[in-house]
Amino acid sequence: MQESVPRLEQQPAAEGAQLRVLGRWTAAQFGTPRLLRKVSAELASADVQQGWDLTHAEQIDHVGAQLLWDRWGGQWPQHVDLLPAQRAVLDRVARYTVAPPRPKRTSWLRSYLALGEAILRAGGHIRSFVLLTGQLALNLVRLGKAPHEGPWRDFSGHLYRIGATALPITALVGFLIGVVLAYLTARQLRQFGADAYIVNILGVALIRELGPMLAAILIAGRSGSSITAQIGVMRVTDELDAMSVMGISHSFRLVMPRAMALAVAMPLISIWTTCCSLAGGMIAADISLGITPRFFMHALPEAVQVDTLVLASSKSVVFGLLIALVGCHFGLRVKPNTQSLGEGTTASVVTSITVVILVDALFAVLFKDVGI
Amino acid sequence: MELEPVELPPQGAPIVDIRKLWTVFKTEEKRFVVHQDLDLTVKRGEILSIVGGSGTGKTVLLRQILGLETPTQGEIEVMGQSVAELGRKGAASRIGMLFQHGALFSAFSALENVAFPLRELKTLPPPLVREAAMVKLQMVGLKPEDADKMPADLSGGMVKRAALARALVMDPPLLLLDEPTAGLDPEASEGFVSLLRSLHRDLELTVIMVTHDLDTLFELSTRIAVLADKRVIVSGPPKDVIAFQHPFIHDFFLGERGQRAMELLREYPFAV
Repeated sequence: MQESVPRLEQQPAAEGAQLRVLGRWTAAQFGTPRLLRKVSAELASADVQQGWDLTHAEQIDHVGAQLLWDRWGGQWPQHVDLLPAQRAVLDRVARYTVAPPRPKRTSWLRSYLALGEAILRAGGHIRSFVLLTGQLALNLVRLGKAPHEGPWRDFSGHLYRIGATALPITALVGFLIGVVLAYLTARQLRQFGADAYIVNILGVALIRELGPMLAAILIAGRSGSSITAQIGVMRVTDELDAMSVMGISHSFRLVMPRAMALAVAMPLISIWTTCCSLAGGMIAADISLGITPRFFMHALPEAVQVDTLVLASSKSVVFGLLIALVGCHFGLRVKPNTQSLGEGTTASVVTSITVVILVDALFAVLFKDVGI
Repeated sequence: MELEPVELPPQGAPIVDIRKLWTVFKTEEKRFVVHQDLDLTVKRGEILSIVGGSGTGKTVLLRQILGLETPTQGEIEVMGQSVAELGRKGAASRIGMLFQHGALFSAFSALENVAFPLRELKTLPPPLVREAAMVKLQMVGLKPEDADKMPADLSGGMVKRAALARALVMDPPLLLLDEPTAGLDPEASEGFVSLLRSLHRDLELTVIMVTHDLDTLFELSTRIAVLADKRVIVSGPPKDVIAFQHPFIHDFFLGERGQRAMELLREYPFAV
């Protein structure tokens, strides 16, 4: 292998004081670790003005030629011996080498403009989100006028995929949260001898807040991302354009069935999650405080009013709609490349979870007098 | 890791050798034999075109030469090594492949796409990688202004050129093309063909391509191999292939479409 290692060799003055280029000067060779550093050092110490002899080199490809050309400072040295093929390669390198672009300087003006751009982009997001919501409303009116034209098959498919297939995971998470919450509060309550109030605490916390929130966050992560990815891939493969050409509205055919399915599925999943977490809490309360399930079931209706249940369910409908709209919004904004698809999906999940928590806080403030 | 250089065979010696190749696709109830005892040799310096009806396994054959698919039976040797050996690090310095739709990485700019194989060596300094990629980009006829464009902003012809530059960035001696002119308008496709011809001459490339485009076929090929009846029924210079008696060849070359392209055959008496 020794012969193929790229290297320089100084010929004695008797033979014309030439610098001989030997070995394979190819990209594959320079892939060997540390080799390039050695060759670069040899090149750096070489005197450009003396003669160069390339004719004994085993092979010189464009990367090798680039290396030599850069050392020569972008011009031919005075004496150089070449084979015709080597001259052709070096000629191409000489012809096509362009000066590297100047690195962009960061200035105040540039960051000021970047700030403006960011604000405009945020404005654009809000604008198209409002547009999407308005279009959904118009489409719902249209659906109300002609229900038989609706995308019902899609609706039921999404209902199954978003709702039914999410039941196991939401049940598991809800149950465990119920158990944890019951154990934590049981310790505190026992200090005051207020054991019986665990029913009130669990009832209000789980039914009013934690159940709907847990369900919404799980569904945002699970279905929000898949909505964005589905619609995004349709953008990448031109399917969205194909649909427009056929005169079928994205909003009617893609956004509406998903929004409807989530608006229906979300309160149901939320109730399911709440039930599972209450079951967890009930079992934990029995074990840690000796509160029987019988007593628990009996005390629950007194602790939690029906209004709370109505509030929780209507909150879930709003969460479902928001998750669907955010998912579709980011999906429709995906540009036809993989990077944008990934960014869009991430942004969709993060935004929908944030929006769900914000809206939940809003509900808590607005309806603070209802059901308590 | 030491990258061992692949010994190139002398001009005119076999660079790809396919012997007794069987390809069988199995579905649940059926078994499709695509290739049966297929033999094919490609000599260094040739431009070999593989033609055949749809479903005769032309693209599969290319993928097998690349090592992307494993044949059911038989051997494929590229530059005297089995295909499995070739897929190691630095494969880009041995074989270049131009996929039908370019297969540019959509998250990278044109220049970054071309520079990718060099950058992945992890030993070359970024300025050198940039310069080397820029040279290749211009060699295929793209302008320095196009370097920072994303693949989504390039026209079909420019995508093919950028993909070709990426395939050639490590100066591989063997270039594989899958439908190089599919999806290009006649003018762009003519430009691409003459680019391929000049690159073949300048870089001493061996080219294997699959194409349906008769213009491309006659303008470029030094040899044509016809896939039919699960094997190579004939391979040789275009004139010999056309003279061969077989229903597929008759339909493919001597139909109305073929007659028009044959005019070219008289104009370009096999350049190269």
